[in-house]
Amino acid sequence: MYFPSKKKNAVYVSPIKQDIHPIDFSLPTEPMNHKRKNPDPSPDSDEPTTQLSSPFPDEVLERVLSLLNSRKDRNSVSLVCKDWYDAERWSRTHVFIGNCYSVSPEILTRRFPNIRSVTLKGKPRFSDFDLVPPKWGAYVHSWLLVFATKYHFLEELRLKRMTVSDESLKFLALSFPNFKALSLLSCDGFSTDGLASITTHCKNLTELDIQENDIDDKSGKWLSCFPENFMSLEVLNFANLNSDVNFKALERLVSRCKSLKVLKVNENITFKQLHRLLVLAPDLRELGTGSLLQDLTPRQHSELKSAFNNCKNLNILSGFYEVTSIFLPVLYPACTNLTFLNLSYAALRSDELSNLLIHCPLLQRLWVLDSVEDEGLEAVGSNCPLLEELRVFPASDPFEDEILHGVTETGFLAVSYGCKKLHYVLYFCRQMTNAAVATIVQNCPDFTHFRLCIMNPRQPDYQTDEPMDEAFGAVVKTCTKLRRLAVSGLLTDLAFEYIGKYAKNLETLSVAFAGSSDRGMECVLKGCPKLRKLEIRDCPFGNAALLSSFRKYESMRSLWMSGCKVTMDGCRFLAQEMPRLNVEVISECGNDGCQADKLYVYRSVAGPRKDAPPFVLTL
Amino acid sequence: MERSVNYGGNDLNLEATELRLGLPGSDEHEKQSSPGVRTSNKRASPEVAEESTSLSNSNVSDARNGDQDSAPPAKAQVVGWPPIRSYRRNNFQQKKTEADGAGMYVKVSMDGAPYLRKVDLKVYKSYPELLMALENMFKLTIGEYSEREGYNGSEFAPTYEDKDGDWMLVGDVPWDMFISTCKRLRIMKGSEARGLGCL
Repeated sequence: MYFPSKKKNAVYVSPIKQDIHPIDFSLPTEPMNHKRKNPDPSPDSDEPTTQLSSPFPDEVLERVLSLLNSRKDRNSVSLVCKDWYDAERWSRTHVFIGNCYSVSPEILTRRFPNIRSVTLKGKPRFSDFDLVPPKWGAYVHSWLLVFATKYHFLEELRLKRMTVSDESLKFLALSFPNFKALSLLSCDGFSTDGLASITTHCKNLTELDIQENDIDDKSGKWLSCFPENFMSLEVLNFANLNSDVNFKALERLVSRCKSLKVLKVNENITFKQLHRLLVLAPDLRELGTGSLLQDLTPRQHSELKSAFNNCKNLNILSGFYEVTSIFLPVLYPACTNLTFLNLSYAALRSDELSNLLIHCPLLQRLWVLDSVEDEGLEAVGSNCPLLEELRVFPASDPFEDEILHGVTETGFLAVSYGCKKLHYVLYFCRQMTNAAVATIVQNCPDFTHFRLCIMNPRQPDYQTDEPMDEAFGAVVKTCTKLRRLAVSGLLTDLAFEYIGKYAKNLETLSVAFAGSSDRGMECVLKGCPKLRKLEIRDCPFGNAALLSSFRKYESMRSLWMSGCKVTMDGCRFLAQEMPRLNVEVISECGNDGCQADKLYVYRSVAGPRKDAPPFVLTL
Repeated sequence: MERSVNYGGNDLNLEATELRLGLPGSDEHEKQSSPGVRTSNKRASPEVAEESTSLSNSNVSDARNGDQDSAPPAKAQVVGWPPIRSYRRNNFQQKKTEADGAGMYVKVSMDGAPYLRKVDLKVYKSYPELLMALENMFKLTIGEYSEREGYNGSEFAPTYEDKDGDWMLVGDVPWDMFISTCKRLRIMKGSEARGLGCL
């Protein structure tokens, strides 16, 4: 239904029904012609305001609502009544779209006319692990074309897992005169030429954040394209890029940009160059180092240490692409106020980590490689009482090398004894026991994110040889605030029964090589009311599981199933029953009885996508 | 409200199309009753895995499968496992070769020489550099490497023992792979060397 608004000729889109859970992409799940259940307040704008409208003028309401930042709050606000819906949509300046195919740029711009900042996420998360073929989609270009006319004053664009071309970057650079911040995380499809367009044309750029992208790295010339009078940069992260930049140009840039707060250089920057940059920018809040190799003379050592000592505001340290032991002490003075230390590219030993952590009493987040071993994690437990987040990544490929080293349950236990505030963990390990996990969650019952990866698929409790069901049972029973869970090890349906029964706040679940039958997945779908993202690979779940609670998928962002037992006819049935879901399959064969190799199901108000490649079947 | 869907009959006939492991006519449900029995935890059948991982030739070998041979098979590569972004994965190789900061000394023996020598492989960036060093060390000429002929045309052939204990001709694999698998070097001479070149 469409209701012309008195003041602005805006289009009214009916809000979501009350029985659908609050969603994160802040847009209604219904297509625009769907009738609402409840009777409308009168659309006739000449009538006097009824008790359903707000008692104060729209402008005041908009002003008040503009103070709301949380998108969950804004979603709730938009459901109150038509006036609040309108006020909210006019006052919203930032929009987050968790799945770029859930909505079209036209629908978006129609509802929200005043957007300055857009966050867009594209491909399913398993594309990070090569499970999604190239050229799958998630192109940003069609969005930019619409934004160029509707959001001419766009200032920020943050993209994750999107395909971005050099042409798109050039178009972006030329179409938005106020453009300030560009963040590209895990994107692909562009080269350093595209970056050069940005640095050349965006006169008001404050942020350029290039992280973990699949980028065609032709040269470092893009950095030299910043004009000589350009000085607005506050954030620069080019750690992702391997080609050399012109250091003199970088130096001049850093000395001009007095507001620079975040600087993350690539591994080609040597310690001598780093030293010069630190002297120019002692107010940095976040620093990403380059390579810290070569020999340090005593004088260089003390100069570098002194430069770090002058960085009183440093909260976040990362980089360390190549680092030898002798460099670590120069960091000690900078560690006093450190809240986040990212050593996940540096294969430190336990003693090296231990010596470093003594100087980091305020650490809240720590990322390391498992080269530090259990002993290194014991040092974490001893030195970091304020730790909230720990991520331990594997230092080497567990399939290439024997997993002789790395971390075990011992290290995780040690951290849980010492770090009572721990609530986020990502832990890659070679062995685990049910008993250890039970103790860990006793020590730290406030987990919100528990991502455990026992690296050998289907590995049982190495002490008892039993499945790891009880471990995850303990997690969901004890950690009532749990929002994200990734399971591993040998798991039967019992683990999923526990999850369905206890994980009432769970929003994201990642499952691989687990479960015994359809029942496992059924329990989760029936039991977890807040589930938004479910990603499954190589599990024995078939059509019965897929279709057991198919209406639920409309309350979720997406479902991914690959290497499971669902077949094409099961998927077709789902597509038939749920027209507002996009059911996409990547499969070798399209006949009914065939395995649906990769299934991706997501809700959308934009209908089936028009840019699907030939290998994606939309059912 | 969920409609109960009829799976038994007409439309789907799931049973007939269900892919499962086991002999035809064997029991449908292989329940996992004890930890010793792992069969019910198999993933979908091997054909499916090959289809769904068309990007690579992976095939998960379930090392704990009671059906298979007693010796656990070597771990096979699985696409996208462990779940680490490719950006991090690219850092793996580097870490391996830097593991030993103190240098990578390997013994070098030459047929007929009274004692062995040692060289630090880390010092060299490529095969020509290594071979030149060996030539200097032992006062001999090794000659040009060719994929076809090995070191034919020379009295000597440089060989190495790899991680598996096999004797390999130096030069076949990329340099980085060579230094990470080379355990010791041996310079073969005479007829033995020429024999290698004929293979």
